[in-house]
Amino acid sequence: MWEYTDKLKDHFFNPHNVGEVEQADGVGEVGSLACGDALKLTFKLDKDGRIADAKFKTFGCASAIATSSVLTEMIKGKTLDEAAKVTNKDIADYLGGLPEQKMHCSVMGREALEAAIENYRSGGKAKHELEGNVVCTCFGVTDKEIERVIEENDLTTVEQVTNYCKAGGGCGGCQGEIEKIIDKIQGDKVKEVAPSVPRRAGKLTNIQKIKLIQQTINEQIRPALRAHGGNIELIDVEGDKVIVAFRDMCAQCMLAELTMKEVVEAKLREFVSEQLSVEEDKDSITQPHNHIE
Amino acid sequence: METIYFDNNATTKVADEVLDEMRPLFCELYGNPSSMHTFGGQIGRKIRQAREQVAALLGCDPSEIVFTGCGTESDNTAIKGTLAAVPNKRKVITTRVEHPAVLAVCRDLENYGYTVVELGVDKKGRLDMAELQEQLDEDTALVTIMYANNETGVVCPVEDIAELVSSKGAVFHTDGVQAVGKIPLNLSQGNIDLLSLSGHKLHAPKGVGVLYVRKGTRLSPFMLGGHQEGGRRAGTENVPGIVGLGKACELAARNIEQENNKVRSLRDKLEDAILENCPDARLNGDKENRLPNTTNISFEYIEGEAILLMLDRYGICASSGSACTSGSLEPSHVLRAMGVPFTAAHGSIRFSLSRYNTEKEVDYTIEKMPQIVNQLRELSPFVAK
Repeated sequence: MWEYTDKLKDHFFNPHNVGEVEQADGVGEVGSLACGDALKLTFKLDKDGRIADAKFKTFGCASAIATSSVLTEMIKGKTLDEAAKVTNKDIADYLGGLPEQKMHCSVMGREALEAAIENYRSGGKAKHELEGNVVCTCFGVTDKEIERVIEENDLTTVEQVTNYCKAGGGCGGCQGEIEKIIDKIQGDKVKEVAPSVPRRAGKLTNIQKIKLIQQTINEQIRPALRAHGGNIELIDVEGDKVIVAFRDMCAQCMLAELTMKEVVEAKLREFVSEQLSVEEDKDSITQPHNHIE
Repeated sequence: METIYFDNNATTKVADEVLDEMRPLFCELYGNPSSMHTFGGQIGRKIRQAREQVAALLGCDPSEIVFTGCGTESDNTAIKGTLAAVPNKRKVITTRVEHPAVLAVCRDLENYGYTVVELGVDKKGRLDMAELQEQLDEDTALVTIMYANNETGVVCPVEDIAELVSSKGAVFHTDGVQAVGKIPLNLSQGNIDLLSLSGHKLHAPKGVGVLYVRKGTRLSPFMLGGHQEGGRRAGTENVPGIVGLGKACELAARNIEQENNKVRSLRDKLEDAILENCPDARLNGDKENRLPNTTNISFEYIEGEAILLMLDRYGICASSGSACTSGSLEPSHVLRAMGVPFTAAHGSIRFSLSRYNTEKEVDYTIEKMPQIVNQLRELSPFVAK
């Protein structure tokens, strides 16, 4: 059971400002049924350009509903410039905090607000569009969005990023890329916490190397892929070239080459040898193999 | 506020009769059954009696009962113990809808070079027997398929499966954690080799389970370190738990039919009324073939955790396959394997009843459920006004 604050429970059981503002000046819609939460925010301005009324409709868990409710409370009376300064952290703080795994609800609130302001400023035409390049295909999260939650909330781990914006929480294939973004932004801060030099094995015989590669795939790589119905198989090792095949969900994933290969390569370099490179064996997809779903 | 407990597939109340039976074993009869003195030795008789009570419910010989620490331990022992005893076979067949106590163990086996086949299910959660037949080969060491699903209550034709599997020379294990006490069993007449059960699902305490091991089934012990349970499970016996489980099995055996009729009619009343009074609600699972106590219903356009918290406010306990309840971002693997759309999986609620539920509780829930659904739908952006 989640530890929700009394304030959160109050806003869930008695949400404020439910519905849609008639003839709204700004409309923001984010999320989807498939993702498990979605929010539609509408607002109307008074003659001074302040938010006179704001309403919401939300599909989601208790914290998604409560964050939507407080968001409408927080922005009423604000100008759009003032409202645009509201961060996800402000929303969470207003509720007296959110469970770590629910922080993405507060981010959804902030996103809906931005989408609604953008919609107003474009004269009601703009629909919320993804900015930047999609990193997490499972939940459609871009690098810009990931960078933003890292900066605004001072995040240093992939797990935190997943809690805040869902990225990396599906197949896990983009976790390597998320790690790179964290490194880029937090730089030294991350290195302070975790030593950057992995404890690698010394000189390996060929057999030892192949065994270690298999073990790394088993322990470090496969569990993340399995979590989303995917799989990986070690096909061959030629010198420092590791040939693998992706199975099931991963095999059909359009981004296989971009993300999977990088994740696998990063893990193998971390745990086995810096010299390794990974190649995907396309031919073996049609060949019989021993992992059948 | 009174608690209305409709989450009996998660755990159950310890029956008063069971607690009475257990109580003297803590502070008075606390001896170790392995001891040479009379004080400890008398405890052995208590365990023997419990073993007989469990065997009576399962319809097997008391020597085929191995007490364990929980259902998960029973599952682990069955799978790993079988494979260790048949080292030359390298294939395991299971299903996509197993409890993690089986599924996670099987998936881990892939790391040790085993071929693991996960059979699919249809939209009602029913297994494809033809696919099983196709996959069964000489290399198959073990087939492990649950008796009844914990989320939907769907019952598998395990006796037919067991017959098929044994005809191919493989071992058949079934996770019977949800089935025992709800479905009459007569294991000696069938072909099931191994069956797991858990005490706390049938009104015994947590921390005690059983693995049924058919005579002649080759099984390497999972826990080493003592001669207990005939060398099949080392470790000093959880005497109060074992005695409590024995009593719970005796109660279940005595009342299974009568209680099932009562529980089934309460479940049906609850289910029918909810489906009738809540628009855009659908049943998950196989109506014809499931446990008498379980119903799993999806409410479109709203989310499970929110429903649970609303129910909680009225003291009603249920559970959900929604992503939000687990802290993961994906909904139930069982509902996804059945092809239930994400939208419906997020809004799924499981009610699981027991003999302690009353008609009054069902009526109260029937009254509250449409209100809760309406209230949340008013908040939902996916419901057109």
